[in-house]
Amino acid sequence: MSPGRSQSLLWLAQRGSAAVLAFCVAVHLATMIVAVRGGLTAAEILGRTRGSVAWAAFYGVFVLGVAIHAPIGLRAIIAEMRGSHGRGVDSAMLAFAAVLLALGLRAVVAVTTGRAT
Amino acid sequence: MSPPPGRPKEGSLPLGATARSAEGAPKSTLAVRVWRGGAAAAGGGFVPYEVPRIPAQTVLDVVTHIQRRIDATLAYRYACRVGMCGSCAMTVNGRARWTCRTHVQTVAGDGALDIAPLANLPVIRDLVTDMRGFFDKWARAKGQFVPTATRHDGFATVAPASKERRAVDAAIECIGCAVCYSSCDVVGWNPAYLGPAALNRAWTLVNDPRDGGRNDRLAAVAGDAGCHACHTHQSCTDRCPKQLAPTASIAGLKRATAYAALTGAIP
Repeated sequence: MSPGRSQSLLWLAQRGSAAVLAFCVAVHLATMIVAVRGGLTAAEILGRTRGSVAWAAFYGVFVLGVAIHAPIGLRAIIAEMRGSHGRGVDSAMLAFAAVLLALGLRAVVAVTTGRAT
Repeated sequence: MSPPPGRPKEGSLPLGATARSAEGAPKSTLAVRVWRGGAAAAGGGFVPYEVPRIPAQTVLDVVTHIQRRIDATLAYRYACRVGMCGSCAMTVNGRARWTCRTHVQTVAGDGALDIAPLANLPVIRDLVTDMRGFFDKWARAKGQFVPTATRHDGFATVAPASKERRAVDAAIECIGCAVCYSSCDVVGWNPAYLGPAALNRAWTLVNDPRDGGRNDRLAAVAGDAGCHACHTHQSCTDRCPKQLAPTASIAGLKRATAYAALTGAIP
């Protein structure tokens, strides 16, 4: 794949994930504001999320959006600071995406099932 | 090349007003500083001149006065004097402008003018920059029309109301003055970046139904040196003397390259 094509697809992925994140962040913030009105406790949050497929799906998508969006943006920043980006940076960004995805999904599983993985 | 502290970049007087001296009498001269020599690293710097102030005076008039009446060795470029050729752009009080259509009273209400060569281009001498890099990038962006018809074919018809034609109604008016290129932060950071003018040119051809080089052109403008390097600061759009929007052209190229990458038109 040519650098031009990969860059175009990365741009598309970042724009698409940004749209998903805009929605997810809005819902996340609105939920936080509503949730703290009655006092914020871990038990209350877990009571809402535990066993909820809908919340698990929502935060699963949220985590996926972050894992796509952040490494692409960081890759662009590194490229501008270094003047170029090579395979090393791309590999590091893939690893960064994997870490974000793993940590995020671990948290989603924990608040949904109550089991730490 | 920024104006010294305390001196405003732009004149604060309304159009038609006249700067006044401390005694209240209208100033009859302009305090002009013109860049002489090569780049700053090569010993170039501002040299002061005093130029008579006259009504409806343009910045190009000021430079011409210095060259004709004060120092014939001053080097600068101009051709048409009416905003068509794009050859007289310079940095005026810290901001790239076309000097033939910039009235002194709109930029130097306090009677002070700093005139320097365009930024982001190598200085040859005085106010003349080497434009080769700028135009080479037009070629790298495949800014050449690729014909698909022969002399035996009839005239092509491009409907004025078509979506493609309307998308470039403004962009085709570019005069290649390099004001956008000189004003672009990304060009300053990344010398390989094609810049707003070359990308704007590519956008006009991408929308030309007569052109046969679309996919090659999209491949040429995609990537770190192309449209994806743009930060959308919009300095080019803010400074363009023709009120064009290269930022919009670059955004169009981002969409077009994404679609081409998805469909395999960019290999």
